[in-house]
Amino acid sequence: MAANNDEIFEELCKLLAPFNTDNIELKPETDISSDLNIDSVSVMDFVMEVEDKYDIDIPLNVLSETRTMNDLIGVVQGRISKG
Amino acid sequence: MDLLAKHAHFVERHKRMIELGVKDVGVCVDEILSPTRAMIKGRETVLAGTNNYMGITFNEACIEAGKHALDVCGTGTTGSRMANGNYAMHAKLEAELAKFLNREQVIVFTTGYQANLGMISGLAGAKDTVYLDADSHASIYDACSVSGAQLVRFRHNDPDNLAKRLARANDAGETGRLVVLEGIYSMFGDRAPLKEFIDVKREYGYTLLLDEAHSFGVLGENGRGLADEAGLEDEVDFVVGTFSKSIGSIGGFGASNHPMFNVLRYAARAYMFTASSSPATIATSSAALRQLSEHPELRDRLRHNSTRLHRGFKDLGLKMCCDEVSPVVAVFVDDEPSTITMWNALLEEGVYVNLALPPGTPNSSCLLRCSVSAAHTDDDIDKIIAMFANVVASRQNKAAE
Repeated sequence: MAANNDEIFEELCKLLAPFNTDNIELKPETDISSDLNIDSVSVMDFVMEVEDKYDIDIPLNVLSETRTMNDLIGVVQGRISKG
Repeated sequence: MDLLAKHAHFVERHKRMIELGVKDVGVCVDEILSPTRAMIKGRETVLAGTNNYMGITFNEACIEAGKHALDVCGTGTTGSRMANGNYAMHAKLEAELAKFLNREQVIVFTTGYQANLGMISGLAGAKDTVYLDADSHASIYDACSVSGAQLVRFRHNDPDNLAKRLARANDAGETGRLVVLEGIYSMFGDRAPLKEFIDVKREYGYTLLLDEAHSFGVLGENGRGLADEAGLEDEVDFVVGTFSKSIGSIGGFGASNHPMFNVLRYAARAYMFTASSSPATIATSSAALRQLSEHPELRDRLRHNSTRLHRGFKDLGLKMCCDEVSPVVAVFVDDEPSTITMWNALLEEGVYVNLALPPGTPNSSCLLRCSVSAAHTDDDIDKIIAMFANVVASRQNKAAE
């Protein structure tokens, strides 16, 4: 599934909406956990939605290095291109 | 920089809980009276959240065995199994467990947490992948982290989701694949759909570790757990269990028929680098295991009590976490403040249950979690139901009006 960074950002925003209960504005540099005040389990649940959307696996080890929306876009792009 | 500053949010949350009336987040049991009664805040309280499934903690034979071990072997081993802490009684308990579980090899660990830590990190290495259920216990998550393996989380109790992830990996069997499931999940009390997961195992191939922490001693004709109940023990490669629930002691075990299983004694750091269980702990565990073997009626009693509580809660119209009956009977509450208020009111009324809040719960849910004991009487169960009627159902009904 080819997608550019803007498209992925938009999709991530949609998937993140149910977890972003304080409706904080999302930017590429937003820290998914600390800026949005989301606990670790909810972050993993959100990432599961991302995995299903793009039909990829994002191992938890990779996730521990992923802080911002931009980081996650990079991970998604990398995993898509890996096939 | 203050290293504790990163935990400030815990302090804030604790403050909020105090404001809602919780005096202590960790309840202090002033005096334990029996498997089902304790003095808490000067009040005799029905215990309905202790995981003391068999109600065996005050069993006379177990207490006598513990006392005798204290007299004969002293208070502690002061060493690990690899050094001076390997007594004949540790090996004897392993042999007794092997017989009970119908497995060739058993390794006893000092706690259940360490059993998962040692087993999973001993089995999976940096080149392997562990597939874990999203609702796995913290000890499984921690064990996976210690292992250094790739960690892939699949949707809770969803064999198709696991199959999809196994299919994606497409590694032609070059790396090891360990799937970790639980017999009964500790928060909702639901079982893993083992048959469906075994179907996926047959199709894609993986090594299966089943954590029977909440199901060992509880499920199955022989009390060996979910795999025993499902008639699928041969398909489970490794079993983990704990002594802190149905055995009423503390400790854990790993079991398998794998011919190289004992190599984990040298590969599992949680086994090697910790003191072994005290003689009294081993003796009481051993005696409790005998009780489980000789008194299958305890399981019948537990099933009876679990069914009675489950049905009682259902009749009150409470939102059940699981339709299937197990000794874990948990109900959903709408939000954190109500859950805390209700939990506190239940304690004030004289019943202790578990307050379960995110992130320790699946799907950010707020729960009041009960665990049933074979030692509960019908009157105890009815009292718990009556208190939930007063405290939980009445408030939820009022809120719905």
